[in-house]
Formats: sequence, C-alpha cells, structure tokens
Amino acid sequence: MKLLSCPLNGPRNIEEFQYLGPLRGRPDPDALSDADWARHLFRAENRPGAMLEWWRHRPSNYVFLAERHTVTNAVIRTFDPSELEPGA
Amino acid sequence: MVLRLLKYGLRSDYPVTGDIPVTPTLKPAYDVVIIGAGGHGLACAHYLSKYHGIHDVAVLDKGWLAGGNTARNTTTIRSNYITPQGIAFYKEGVTLYEAMSEELDFNVMFSQRGQLTFAHSEATLRSFHLRAETGRHMGIGIEVVDQKGVEALCPHLNMDYGGALEVLGGLWHPDGGTARHDAVAWGYAAQAARRGVEIHQRTEVTAIEVAGGRVQAVVTNRGRIAAGQVMIACGGMNYDMALKAGVELPIRCYPLQAMVTQPVKPWLHTLVSSVSLHTYLVQSSRGEMVIGGGSDPYQLYSTRSTLDMKEHLAEGAVHLFPFLKNLRLLRQWAGITDMTPDYSPIMGESPVDGLWLDCGWGTWGFKATPVAGKRMAECIATGRVPEILQPFALERFERFALLNEMGATAASH
Repeated sequence: MKLLSCPLNGPRNIEEFQYLGPLRGRPDPDALSDADWARHLFRAENRPGAMLEWWRHRPSNYVFLAERHTVTNAVIRTFDPSELEPGA
Repeated sequence: MVLRLLKYGLRSDYPVTGDIPVTPTLKPAYDVVIIGAGGHGLACAHYLSKYHGIHDVAVLDKGWLAGGNTARNTTTIRSNYITPQGIAFYKEGVTLYEAMSEELDFNVMFSQRGQLTFAHSEATLRSFHLRAETGRHMGIGIEVVDQKGVEALCPHLNMDYGGALEVLGGLWHPDGGTARHDAVAWGYAAQAARRGVEIHQRTEVTAIEVAGGRVQAVVTNRGRIAAGQVMIACGGMNYDMALKAGVELPIRCYPLQAMVTQPVKPWLHTLVSSVSLHTYLVQSSRGEMVIGGGSDPYQLYSTRSTLDMKEHLAEGAVHLFPFLKNLRLLRQWAGITDMTPDYSPIMGESPVDGLWLDCGWGTWGFKATPVAGKRMAECIATGRVPEILQPFALERFERFALLNEMGATAASH
C-alpha cells in the first residue's frame, strides 16, 4: 500500500486520492492568440522530473497540491493551495 | 528446402547466419536518422530502403532492438475504432499484417482469431451499435452479437446472468488478431539491414540541433550525426525527445501494466476484452494468458509494477473466467504510454522542417506498426503527408479538429 500525506488528513492510502493533473496557469482567454489558447488547453507539463500537481482526497473532498518526481515517483511535499508561491 | 536442411545438417561447423548485424561505427552524416529502434522506426527504415530507394538511414536506440514498448505491449491487432479516420488508418494496418510474413520473409505468427468486446450495460451496447455501423461503413468486419452470440464465440465465459456484470452482448470483430511482437521488429530490422540501413543500439540521443527552422543534426553519446531528416519514434520518451528540438507535444505519459500467466493448453481462441472491467485477455501461441491493461492513475516515467494494478487485472480476468483463479503469474511489466488529449496518435510534420513525428501512440502502437512505418516512410521520401495521415497532424489541436478515440480500448483511461 502506497501512502500519500494529505495536508489536512495526514498519511492515507493513495487509493483514497484522485489525481487531478499538473498545475497550470490561468491565462486570460481574451488576451491570448488562438494558438496559445490551444496550447494552454491541450499541452500539459510532462517533463521527467519534479512536478507540481493537483490531488483530491475523495472522502473529505479536499483539494491540495503535491510536488512529485515523475521518474522516481517520490512525493517531495504536499501542501494547501494557499501556500502556493505567486508565479509558481 | 529439404536439400538445404540436409546439407546444413551434414556440415561439421553449423554456420550461423545473423539476421541483424552488430552495431557498426557511427558515420558523421546520414540522409535519414530515425530515433527509436522499435517496431515503428524499423518498419519505416524497411519501407524507406525497399520502396523509396533511401538506404543511407541510421536507426538509433538508447537501449537494445525493440526493447521498449514493442516488447511491452499486449500484441492486439484490430481496426474497430470510433472515428472514420481512425478506422481507415488501422484497417490498412490490419491488411499489412495479413501480408507481413510474406513481405518480410519472416514468420511473425499473425493469427487472425477475431476480437470480442463484452458489454455489461445497455449504454455500452448502444456505443457498440454506433461503432459497428461506422465500422461497416468503412468496410471492416464488425457486428454486434447478442448473449447467444457471445456464448457461441466464447463458451468458457462467465455470463454472470442476473449479476451486476451480466454480459448483455458483444462487439465481434473477426478482423482482429495477434502476432509475435519480437518477430515483427526482427523481421523489419533484418530486411532493412539487408538493404544498407544501419541499426545503432545503445546510442542515446542527447540533443537535436535546429538552425533556421530546420533540423541539422542529432548529438548522441557516440558522437554528432548530421542528418537530412529526422523521425522521432521513441514511444514513451517522445515528449522528452521532441522537447530537445524545441517542439512541445500535447502528450502526458502514464505507465500501462500487463502480465502473463504460466502456459496452459489452448482454450481461448478469440481475443476478449471488457471495457467495464478494464481488462483484456489473449492466449499467446505459447499458451500463456496475456492479461492487460491497467493504466496508472497518475503521470509517471517508471516501468515498475504495482500490486494494486496487478490485483485489479487478476480480479477482472478471474471474473470473466473463474477457472483461471489457480493459474500462477509468470511475468509482469509496464510500458510508458504517451497519451494525447484525444487518444489518437500524432503523425506527420512538426514545426521544425525535416523533423517528422510518429508519436502519441499511447495504448495502440503495436497494431499500427506496419502502416505507420509505411506512411511515415512516404512522408520522409516525398516530403508530403499522405491523405490517410493528414487527420493525425499535430496542428489538429490548434484547429480544434480532435479525433476522439477515448473508450476505443479496454485499457483504463
């Protein structure tokens, strides 16, 4: 059983969590060209290495962020979205 | 044949003829460099050298011949897709598989036993009717069968009458089949090597040089190679490789896990698949039950296996065929699938001149091996993308002309 440490509920079985994909920016759709808007919609972070991503603890419906290495699968840290540094 | 065998048997030294030469010295330049010596890259090299007269080709691989997803897939060959564009493409793939052993003078053990997908709900059955109508319109063999039809095609199946997973019907695809994956890669490699193509194993591409919007060279751990044209066909590493040329692909990588049991006597003729259980099974020619395919629920570049995914696959397989419960697992593995947002591959031009893409194969690369190789060779030789590949262009995402193939497989995504 693999554990994921939830910032609200502590270490829990990873099966209790839902993966919501990589963190991405929220650009203003009116300020972007069509090509950049398409890029925003379809292109997601996929580089091998450390990645910031959204997770949800299903039973408590709590959404948080994790930094995880996509080659070793090691979870570096998990934190509440309010702790996200601006510009990250 | 008999005389040749007798002559060979009577010789004292039993000479060995190698089909695939050892990795030669790397030249400073090639007309075409193919990154990835898997089925797709080798098939492309074969078609380039046999049909387009292009022999100055190097196929590079950081590992060994066909050791990536060519060795890790579950060898399903079929064309029962959802979109007309997808069906047309995979239909050509099936046709090429039918003639492959003759084409390569190498027995790829293509066995066209048909594929049966089960519906456990009315909703699935309705989607099967749509797929069958589209498939028939496109000229492939496909039909919806009722419970009696499923029982006739697959008499060992647990129909689960009255249960939560009662089999209500199936999608029967007689064109479906399986082949020996290693033989496919070796056959293409042997043919290509015979016509002057160089296969460089343990040659890792570390950089791709681009100048003036055109690809110039690839840098490897064994030296720099100037290249007229470059094709990226390296499976799970496609995203990372394209990024070396400054091309961002809309791809996310997930491991797909599969496993085989110990071999038993032949009992399962058809390839079977359950979308609801995310499980599919085929009995290999060695008698092993090949069971796939569980996608990990989060992005990862690791080919490790996990107990929960194997348990899930075993649960699905034992539900469909309860007598499998005493079989032991022989091997387990994972491959990195490069998934696109619409679950269709990306083939054709890239924003960089001379750099060709054969990417986004996700969970359906093996069945496309001959057709992708043939059509990508056509791209490289003529500089034009053939009509059959045009719907799969990278720029379809900018045009919002997506090809939705989600649910066209039982793999869990």
